[in-house]
Amino acid sequence: MLMPKPNADVLAKRNYLIGELRKIVSDESAVIDDTAGLRAFECDGLSAYRQLPMIAVLPETVEEIAEVLKFCASESVNVVPRGAGTSLSGGALPLADGVLLGLSKFNKIVEIDYDNRCVVTQPGVTNLAITDAIKSDGFYYAPDPSSQIACTIGGNVAENSGGVHCLKYGLTTNNLLGIEMVTMEGEVIRLGGKHLDAEGYDLLGIMTGSEGLLGVITEVTVKILKSPEFISAQLIGFPSSEQAGECVGKIIGAGIIPAGMEMMDRYAIHAAEEFCHAGYPLDVEALLIVELDGPKVEIDHYIAEIEKIAKECGAVVSRTSQSEEERMAFWAGRKAAFPAVGRISPDYMCMDGTIPRGQLPKVLARMTELSKQYDLRVANVFHAGDGNLHPLILFDANIPGELEKCEAFGADILRLCVEVGGVLTGEHGVGIEKRDLMGEMFTEEDLKQQQRVKCAFDPDGRLNPGKVFPILHRCAELGKMHVHNGELPFPDIPRF
Amino acid sequence: MERTRITSDDQIKDMLDWALAGNKALSTIGSGSKQTLGRPVELDAQMDISGLAGVEMYEPAELVMKARAGTKLADVKSILLEQGQELAFDPPDYGQLLGFDAGHGTLGGLFSCNMSGSRRVKAGAARDHLLGVQGFTGRGQPFHTGSRVMKNVTGYDLCKLVAGSYGTLAVATNLTFKVLPKAEKTRTVLVFGVELETAVGLMRDGISSVHDVTSAAYLPDEIATRTGIDYVAGAGTSVVAFRIEGPGPSAEFRCNAIRKMMSEHGNTEELHGHNSETLWAYIGDVTAFAGSDDPVWKLSIPPSKAVSVIGKIREAEPEAAYYLDWAGGLIWLGLRTLASDGGANLVRGTIGADGHATLMRGSEKLRRSIAPFHPLDPVVAKITRRIKVGFDPQNILNPQRMYSVEESQETI
Repeated sequence: MLMPKPNADVLAKRNYLIGELRKIVSDESAVIDDTAGLRAFECDGLSAYRQLPMIAVLPETVEEIAEVLKFCASESVNVVPRGAGTSLSGGALPLADGVLLGLSKFNKIVEIDYDNRCVVTQPGVTNLAITDAIKSDGFYYAPDPSSQIACTIGGNVAENSGGVHCLKYGLTTNNLLGIEMVTMEGEVIRLGGKHLDAEGYDLLGIMTGSEGLLGVITEVTVKILKSPEFISAQLIGFPSSEQAGECVGKIIGAGIIPAGMEMMDRYAIHAAEEFCHAGYPLDVEALLIVELDGPKVEIDHYIAEIEKIAKECGAVVSRTSQSEEERMAFWAGRKAAFPAVGRISPDYMCMDGTIPRGQLPKVLARMTELSKQYDLRVANVFHAGDGNLHPLILFDANIPGELEKCEAFGADILRLCVEVGGVLTGEHGVGIEKRDLMGEMFTEEDLKQQQRVKCAFDPDGRLNPGKVFPILHRCAELGKMHVHNGELPFPDIPRF
Repeated sequence: MERTRITSDDQIKDMLDWALAGNKALSTIGSGSKQTLGRPVELDAQMDISGLAGVEMYEPAELVMKARAGTKLADVKSILLEQGQELAFDPPDYGQLLGFDAGHGTLGGLFSCNMSGSRRVKAGAARDHLLGVQGFTGRGQPFHTGSRVMKNVTGYDLCKLVAGSYGTLAVATNLTFKVLPKAEKTRTVLVFGVELETAVGLMRDGISSVHDVTSAAYLPDEIATRTGIDYVAGAGTSVVAFRIEGPGPSAEFRCNAIRKMMSEHGNTEELHGHNSETLWAYIGDVTAFAGSDDPVWKLSIPPSKAVSVIGKIREAEPEAAYYLDWAGGLIWLGLRTLASDGGANLVRGTIGADGHATLMRGSEKLRRSIAPFHPLDPVVAKITRRIKVGFDPQNILNPQRMYSVEESQETI
């Protein structure tokens, strides 16, 4: 993975930068410059890539962030923002000539506002901590990425994080009311608030999922929901993934939107069962977990319908949770799928494409072929409701060349997702991991148009460079009109 | 001004190239039902894309549809209904409010203006359902963003910028969007004779209950008595309305639960399917304010501010008519004002930084003299300007419709 070449001029003034940054922050130890200290930031959840930052800064106030950014901009220094560092796509990978800006000290919930059904929080608060703060009053925050115990809400906004309940409750972008952010120029702005649909161009929408390239988020206002009256899960096993896929389509076709619908293939079922003894049937090719939430009377109604549909689709196992313990047991295996696979293989890589659900049999069949071709095993867990596929490719990084082989396999899977009408990433982000595959999905002009948005926020390209976009264009170059033979297009007579 | 009927994407490209070469101002028009929103634009030509119509892909089991931008919303609704589906954000029809006929909007207009109805508070806005856009930028370049799947974080979500940009950034030709099952049954619980302050509290309690309320509105007596529904109008008093949707047994159970919950605050009644539909269309389409030219404002605010905002506005303009939707987060305000700014300073001064106010209806003169869209903070305005320049560097698409000319000069 090629990153932008470090700027020798910037590296040469490292000591000066450290000294000046220490004048900005109130606590001198908040500027980290020793190798041992910097080691903590050398990678995020995509640990195959590591890079020590030039300097790390852990500011405590919005004013400090604004001053740090303004100073870095004036000194032509790049900045990489970081929350908890749980990104699976390398979004928080440091730069050798960059300042790593850690938001870990922004860890307080600012306000719980039931009148307006929202929580205002600092960005370093974890996703789960928001729900924890309000659950005793019967409320929760809906998006629940698997890393919710560790990942921060600021990072969730930057990555537009999802989770297993996206089909019914949406991604972060659908649950976000407002943010406060600082631009690279050090300006503090508010987008949205406690009201809906902030007017003008939807800058809040564009900030969500911008992967730290547009601004540093310093406060977040999220919508909260009343916890459902009742939750129930069904475990349904099928002799083939086609039948499981058909069942998912028929459930939705019947007008039922489950809170979550997860599918696991044979390999993932076996790995999970061995790991945590969830009670999964081992003689099926595909297992569905269907979770329903809402009023009890409605769930009882839907359970009966789903059982009928499952039977029609050839289900050989169908169990409904009879208690909260049993529901948690159904989920235990699915939630442990990643570590379970991690136990049977020295390393694994988790992919994250989304496909139109109907294409699942084709994609799984092709993936089996690719698995043989690359001689690497693959296990599949799938957010079946929304089409988000997580193939886990098993490999051993100690075998020379195997990481590269695994990456090539992964890239082929993602190309396949795009080929069948899907996308490169459903919830993990592009980061550095899928950066060079962007051309599979977008034309050069599409990518330039996205970068023009980047230019609107950060004209000098100082924030998180080297991520998301395969080719870095200067904003002045992107701003120019397309010119043919030195002239603007000028059709003599318009043909309309 | 020339109005050109577009029949192919190539013609759009030609028009854009022509406008770029001669610095002409262009707009895109579908049915024209939303052309009076925003500042009046001096145009050299209008691209009528109502001929670019038709559903290109509809997969009910995948909850997704792709259609040409000129497709009539009414056609989309009836195709969806055949499969028991709908657009969950409750697209409103402002035709009558704005002095046109009802039933004329196109998909392009709906998404470009990010219009959402009463279910917005539960199901999200139009923009939340927009998955993919194809079209041309103001550079005359074809572009696409998003996809047909609902979980997608690949690159910047430019759909969000297209939604709500009122045709100032790009010309959309194809839109891909999420559709959802239509509930089997709808019930509306009515609570009569409640004062504003109590009503805001009841709406909060209803929408925050476990009973899955999908819309909550408050109609003061003068608005309630004009609904044309006997159960509502006949009471001759104010009404709080809660919409409850779902499979039969569930909708009935929850309807009873909400009635019980509200019973100590006033007499309650319930509306079934047809009457519910009529009432929520009346609320969402703002027909209460149809049939006049008086300024109509749409205020989006935190629900807890509704009482004080309305109090202050009515103190200055006792004749002001209003009602609340979005569980108190949306105020529809009809001003019979003599103020030359149509009440802009009063309304915006009252809500301060706690929301925004849009002039949804006003004379051409008024829309020319004030900012119909809420003024932006200077830094946000700078970024907004740069985004416009990035999409439309020569300012050929609907110049000044959203923001004035001084704001469009900067280049990057």
